Amino acid sequence: MASIDALRHTTSLAESELLELYRRMVLLRTFDERAVVYQRQGRIGTYAIAWGHEAIQAGATFALGDDDWIFPSYREGAIGLVRGMPAETILQWWRGHPSGWWSPADWNIASICVPIATHVPHAAGLAWGKKLRGEKVVAMAFFGDGATSEGAFHEGVNFAAVMNAPAVFVCNNNHWAISTPIESQTRAETLADKAVGYGIPGVRVDGLDVLAVYEAAREAVERARSGGGPTLIEAVHYRAAPHGTADDPRAYIDLARVEEERANECVGRYERFLRDAGLLNEQLVASTRTDAEDLMRAGIAAAEAEPPPDPELLFTRAYVDPPANLRHG
Amino acid sequence: MSILQRTFAMADLTLVEAVNDALHTELARDENVLVLGEDVGRAGGVFRATAGLLDRFGADRCVDTPLAEAGMLGAAVGLCMAGWRPVVEMQYDAFSYPCLDQLITHVGRYHWRTSGRMEFPITIRMPYGGGVRAPELHDDSPETYYVHTPGIKVAIPSTPADAKGLLAAAIRDPDPVVIFEPKFVYRTARGEVPEGEHVVPLGQARIARAGTDVTLIAYGAMVPVCERAAGELAGEASCEVVDIRSLRPLDERTILESVAKTGRVVIVHEAPRTVGFGAELAAIIAEKAIFDLQGPVLRVTGFDVPYPYWTIEDSYVPSVARVAAAVRTFL
Repeated sequence: MASIDALRHTTSLAESELLELYRRMVLLRTFDERAVVYQRQGRIGTYAIAWGHEAIQAGATFALGDDDWIFPSYREGAIGLVRGMPAETILQWWRGHPSGWWSPADWNIASICVPIATHVPHAAGLAWGKKLRGEKVVAMAFFGDGATSEGAFHEGVNFAAVMNAPAVFVCNNNHWAISTPIESQTRAETLADKAVGYGIPGVRVDGLDVLAVYEAAREAVERARSGGGPTLIEAVHYRAAPHGTADDPRAYIDLARVEEERANECVGRYERFLRDAGLLNEQLVASTRTDAEDLMRAGIAAAEAEPPPDPELLFTRAYVDPPANLRHG
Repeated sequence: MSILQRTFAMADLTLVEAVNDALHTELARDENVLVLGEDVGRAGGVFRATAGLLDRFGADRCVDTPLAEAGMLGAAVGLCMAGWRPVVEMQYDAFSYPCLDQLITHVGRYHWRTSGRMEFPITIRMPYGGGVRAPELHDDSPETYYVHTPGIKVAIPSTPADAKGLLAAAIRDPDPVVIFEPKFVYRTARGEVPEGEHVVPLGQARIARAGTDVTLIAYGAMVPVCERAAGELAGEASCEVVDIRSLRPLDERTILESVAKTGRVVIVHEAPRTVGFGAELAAIIAEKAIFDLQGPVLRVTGFDVPYPYWTIEDSYVPSVARVAAAVRTFL
């Protein structure tokens, strides 16, 4: 059994921070598991499953300050939870209700990016723009392994590197882009190697080890904030859940491998680690889960209680200053 | 100098000089405006539209970027989130195609996506159109792709004064605006341009030449072609030339008033015919002015072919002769 002293060699985080990290992982996990149920019940629309990605999302964002910006892909759709965004807001996004379309300025979290990798240049622009204003703000963008094949990934990371913009690019390498394995995306030995081409540091980290992800992100954020420019972090794991609620991976994936990966999933792994360190007991595990479940129950209830949106919204948000003929259909 | 004198002081400028004047004026007026693009800094732009900005405003506000059109426009989205008003130069019309990904998936949608809470006051400007004897893909008229994208506004000047005024309006507009600058007349269109601040509001057409028998509707480099055709036809028909200036928002009223007066319409654009902006104009006229018409709405356009080798481009671009021939079918 690890002692608190042994823990000190592993992480610089205080005990309260280690537990907060755990709370956030449980929150993300609970959101995901409930969201899949809600989708099956017809209470939300098609949903992109994030099960198993909690260590990456909670760990990387734990290195950010409140003024730093997060640029999520759909896989990080629930990442606002780590900053206290109501579950209701995120559920409404998946319900196609306008109240789920938050203002990025309120949370320093950009809108969920649905097309692959096209938000990478946005993160570069935000980081560069803040730097031009003399503000010490870091932008962190999340995307998958498939995204590294897109031109927008290349243009965005290169742009940030050339501008020496304070950006951190977190590649969630779960080995699969729907049914396309990483071998069909790249001949590169690692995705972190791609950083060499941009003249920036590339770091490879175990995506199931929340503390390792946090440490890699902390270093990258510090470097960015102190003028050292961007970093590419490749967080490696294996997608042990379908791509989304409309996907059936039995057609393409090795189910035995999935079972193996599920046994090593990141929330349970961190839980064991905290228990071994004597920081977590049965009661705290139970109350953390209950709190997260309560939050989700309240979230879906609030979402479903909201009246249907006004069709007038078709026209009122397309332009700040709309053309006169906008209503001609 | 009094304000009154300054307001009415005029300079004799070419169209591209007027663009440059607008950029200098707007960057001086608003410290949140910055210019980015390929070769816009040290070189001052391949057409010198951004000349002098680097020296005057510094490398933070006139930025030479990597050669990446989607990257430039994507970065502009992030710049808006950081409070900037970016003016992005696409070096040539057809070089802008990679940026359509950002334009369609983000630039036209982000204000909506934030529930109308954040503004994305991006200006995209680019030289467009043929006639300059350049290699392939330096000659396109891609305005339809842009104006078809929801959330985007599009304007196309034909005179130096409008080139300055429309660009200023675009930079000050809270929505993304694309300005196409007619490169064929960049240095041949010359005229009086108000000094200092000069804004031509988006959505106001201009009667370039008054007439009573036939309405010629055009924008950009086709306006002078229509004016010359009207001059050539002077003894046969009185042609009114409507320079629409702004494709969205569109000044339908000025168009419909002209059609009510003449009853005959020829729409002229350089872009290929099918689903070109002329089709939209013809549909509007059919919907709202059918009883004013005394003949079919005609179009004189580029053809549905790739923009040709420049040795035969004069057979592609609508000419005075083709416009005049279309008008004569009414006579």
